[in-house]
Amino acid sequence: MPNVMIRVKENGNLLFYIAKKDQEEEIRTVECDSDSEWGGEIELTDGSRYYIDPMTPRPTFPTTLRFKRL
Amino acid sequence: MSAMSPSDTQALITEVLEIYPEKAKKDRAKHLAVNDPSLEQSKKCITSNRKSLPGVMTIRGCAYAGSKGVVWGPIKDMIHISHGPVGCGQYSRAGRRNYYVGTTGINTFGTMNFTSDFQEKDIVFGGDKKLAKILTEIEQLFPLNKGITVQSECPIGLIGDDIEAVSKKAAKEIGKPVVPVRCEGFRGVSQSLGHHIANDAVRDWILGNRDTDTSFVTTPYDVTIIGDYNIGGDAWSSRTLLEEMGLRVIAQWSGDGTLAEMENTPKAKLNLLHCYRSMNYISRHMEEKYGTPWMEYNFFGPTKIAESLRKIAGFFDATIQANTEKVIQKYQAEYEAVIAKYKPRLQGKRVMLYVGGLRPRHIIGAYEDLGMEVVGTGYEFGHNDDYDRTLKEMGSATLIYDDVTGYEFEEFVKKVKPDLIGSGIKEKYIFQKMGIPFRQMHSWDYSGPYHGYDGFAIFARDMDMTLNNPCWSRIVPPWQQAAA
Ligand code: SF4
Repeated sequence: MPNVMIRVKENGNLLFYIAKKDQEEEIRTVECDSDSEWGGEIELTDGSRYYIDPMTPRPTFPTTLRFKRL
Repeated sequence: MSAMSPSDTQALITEVLEIYPEKAKKDRAKHLAVNDPSLEQSKKCITSNRKSLPGVMTIRGCAYAGSKGVVWGPIKDMIHISHGPVGCGQYSRAGRRNYYVGTTGINTFGTMNFTSDFQEKDIVFGGDKKLAKILTEIEQLFPLNKGITVQSECPIGLIGDDIEAVSKKAAKEIGKPVVPVRCEGFRGVSQSLGHHIANDAVRDWILGNRDTDTSFVTTPYDVTIIGDYNIGGDAWSSRTLLEEMGLRVIAQWSGDGTLAEMENTPKAKLNLLHCYRSMNYISRHMEEKYGTPWMEYNFFGPTKIAESLRKIAGFFDATIQANTEKVIQKYQAEYEAVIAKYKPRLQGKRVMLYVGGLRPRHIIGAYEDLGMEVVGTGYEFGHNDDYDRTLKEMGSATLIYDDVTGYEFEEFVKKVKPDLIGSGIKEKYIFQKMGIPFRQMHSWDYSGPYHGYDGFAIFARDMDMTLNNPCWSRIVPPWQQAAA
């Protein structure tokens, strides 16, 4: 269950940053991604997948969230 | 030696590793790589931020060095106590050349060494009383200090002193921030964790101090310089450029920096991050808590400077952007003259680097501006995210080494035969005795600044002075020279 900071990258994509591992990875897909809801299963560009219960309303980034590794 | 192919480089790595026992070989192999600029992610080719192997010669520092020496040390109007035995502070005192203005011992304390000088009895009975006494004494002797930090050395964590309690009490008494920093040297694998701990201490004890204080008048053009330690005046030569663009630099972290500047940093519009490794933590925190965006920039060499200036200007309005073009134009004649003068003398020379923080990737552009080529680079204490940023900067099939050992570095140099090496003081004399021109790239070999356009002129001169020094042809004594 890593703590992850999500921030908006210069190119507009979301960046998934695990401080513990100094890992910076772009998010490729988010299961629920609308103005009112955000979360679910998330896939990163390197293919690894994480899960977080969908949140309403959509959080403002940057923010730190707790994800589950799938 | 001509350019190497990926398989040549790989063969070289294998050859150098040959001498190690099986287990060490396996471990070290993960830290050496052939660069492939097409990779997005460094973790596919290189492992970093791991414990150095016992028995090899590493040049890493400790967490205390990262906190006291790098992040906190340069904050000039605070007093930083090296809490523990005298050596850690004394042997590293004033070695980093963080320039500052002020009267040392009166209102600034950068080059002084404050220590609690632990003796046997402090280890046995605990040093908290001593610390409390020191804090009061400092306040009496140096009343113009703006705050005190307690930089823990190894024994503090081992004997379990409660420096937080002492600091809190003292802070009330003297009415100034007293910051306990848990940066004992044994924490983590290198100085890198010290940076992180120091960043966290800034976050917890300093950053929010003026959140409710609105007396500081802000402008829409307030920026900060983060992660510039003003080595040889680096932050100053960066600052002038930003000011010429029409921005206002409200804080320097931490070269020539003050406590008030740090406390006011959350009021900035943009944080400019030079050394990503040592201060990305606090920048990320400020983005999350205060919504202040941050960007990495690079002020080494005209190409990167122009790129960075334009990128910075992109955060502001058209006036700033127009100013930026003017600034670049203003210095154009100057840096073109530098290149015209030195490029012919340096063209095609090959460089190997092995430094810390940001330099293994940041200086590459400056060398390229002078027509030189960086054929090998590596970090003492970099992490994956540093290498991610390095892959693109380096040419294909160049060498990348993480926490390189003394032996490996020497062997690489013997095989690759670079014309110049840029690394630290611990490597300097070995390579000079091998007859290879060397620059100490941690504190610019007592020169600098190297940042900004002004710094580039000095950089170019220094590289030329070192590389084309007549002494290199005199390395072999006359009686050993082959008879003509
Ligand atoms: S490792 Fe410990 S004893 Fe050594 S310099 Fe660092 S703090 Fe001091």
